[in-house]
Amino acid sequence: MPMFLSNLFDNPERAARLIEIAQSSFLPLVKGAFTYTLSLTVISFVLGLILAILTALARISGVKVLQGIARFYVSIIRGTPLLVQLFIIFYGMPSIGITIDPFPSAIIGFSLNVGAYCSEIVRAAILSIPKGQWEAAYSIGMSYPQALLRIILPQAARVSVPPLSNSFISLVKDTSLAASILVAEMFRKAQEIAARTFEPLLVYIEAALIYWIICMFLSFLQDKLEHRLDRYVSK
Amino acid sequence: MIELKNLHKQFGGLTVLRGISLNIEKGKVLVIVGPSGSGKTTLLRCLNLLETPDQGQIRIGDVQLDFSKKVDKAQIAKLRKQTGMVFQNYNLFPHMTALENVMEGPVTVKKESKEVARAKGKTLLGKVGLAEKIDEYPFQLSGGQQQRVGIARALAMDPLVMLFDEPTSALDPELVGEVLKVMKELAKEGMTMIVVTHEMSFAREVADEVIFMDQGVIVEQGPPQQLFVNPREERTRQFLQLIQS
Repeated sequence: MPMFLSNLFDNPERAARLIEIAQSSFLPLVKGAFTYTLSLTVISFVLGLILAILTALARISGVKVLQGIARFYVSIIRGTPLLVQLFIIFYGMPSIGITIDPFPSAIIGFSLNVGAYCSEIVRAAILSIPKGQWEAAYSIGMSYPQALLRIILPQAARVSVPPLSNSFISLVKDTSLAASILVAEMFRKAQEIAARTFEPLLVYIEAALIYWIICMFLSFLQDKLEHRLDRYVSK
Repeated sequence: MIELKNLHKQFGGLTVLRGISLNIEKGKVLVIVGPSGSGKTTLLRCLNLLETPDQGQIRIGDVQLDFSKKVDKAQIAKLRKQTGMVFQNYNLFPHMTALENVMEGPVTVKKESKEVARAKGKTLLGKVGLAEKIDEYPFQLSGGQQQRVGIARALAMDPLVMLFDEPTSALDPELVGEVLKVMKELAKEGMTMIVVTHEMSFAREVADEVIFMDQGVIVEQGPPQQLFVNPREERTRQFLQLIQS
């Protein structure tokens, strides 16, 4: 029997204590997940997606200034670590008089990140829609925004669900970085419990399991969504 | 009703239209024939501004555009509302059912109520023989059926003129007839139509006027009897021989 297990069995008191800690930490962790991890993820993703669509449209607009701004934004966000970005927003900005609370700081950081990465997905998805679809939309008198919203984006959505789901699931886990700027999300809760109980292995594994369960549930939703969006495509 | 004056169009260094002038009266069917690369499709696409001519003038109904100046978006939209376009590859919206395809223009562009647009859509799909297919998605329809939905979609905007860009070229031979039948009925009802096609029997039977284009100019123009049976130009004769052999 491996050492750490035999330790446990030789020491029923420690085993009982571990079970105790696992039980008592479960609710706070889940609470952290529901109040902060999930809200951070969902809000940042929605804002980020809007940013991504605007950035993608700027990239394919043919307007040099807009293209330049979009390229610069994507380059700077993809070229620097997310953790560093969060530190600049939360710890750095106060030096120039801009103080932002932890939660909104995290929202800003994650949204900018999602916006940059997903803009490339959205851009590829829009470009994958045949030119004839734009022409058909214009031929029945649609304006550019009408054609985009009614004809192109709904079709681009179908193409982009798998890669966007990837980004979404990544974001769930990336929100753990918000612990470092004092957001009381699940991982920060785990750190607090670990520090108090001196049982980091147990508590961090527990947190990891909760992340995993959330992500499995999201994968399940992705399958459902793909299935729904596939209804107009021959199989 | 439709008047084109001295239209020119270049793509890069390639001149596709070199001074096309043309008049079409209301209710007439004009068929454009010519070898590939003759500019016939470009001419048609200029009529609803999927391509913008480099110079010249277009008048459709009471909308007049002069391409020697910059044309504004409102004018383009107005001109497009006067024209219905049927594409070679149908270009139906794949994420919408047949009925939704037909309703889309009236609801989104003309701001008609859904009930009105639905009733109109059902009537139009019935007219093209697809009353039973209104809730099918494009992928569930044959090419001929898709093209008929395409015709109904264009008609739903109540255009002054219908433009057909090789509407049967992508179809299997056995499906060509059903699309031509719908087009013949439209012509009989007095719809003004401009048709780019290789279907010479259709041109002979339905056209009031036939145009033979080559290398960006109108080589010859006349009623089908004259142009097909007794062409004046040598180039027309050669083309007709090629497609008939």
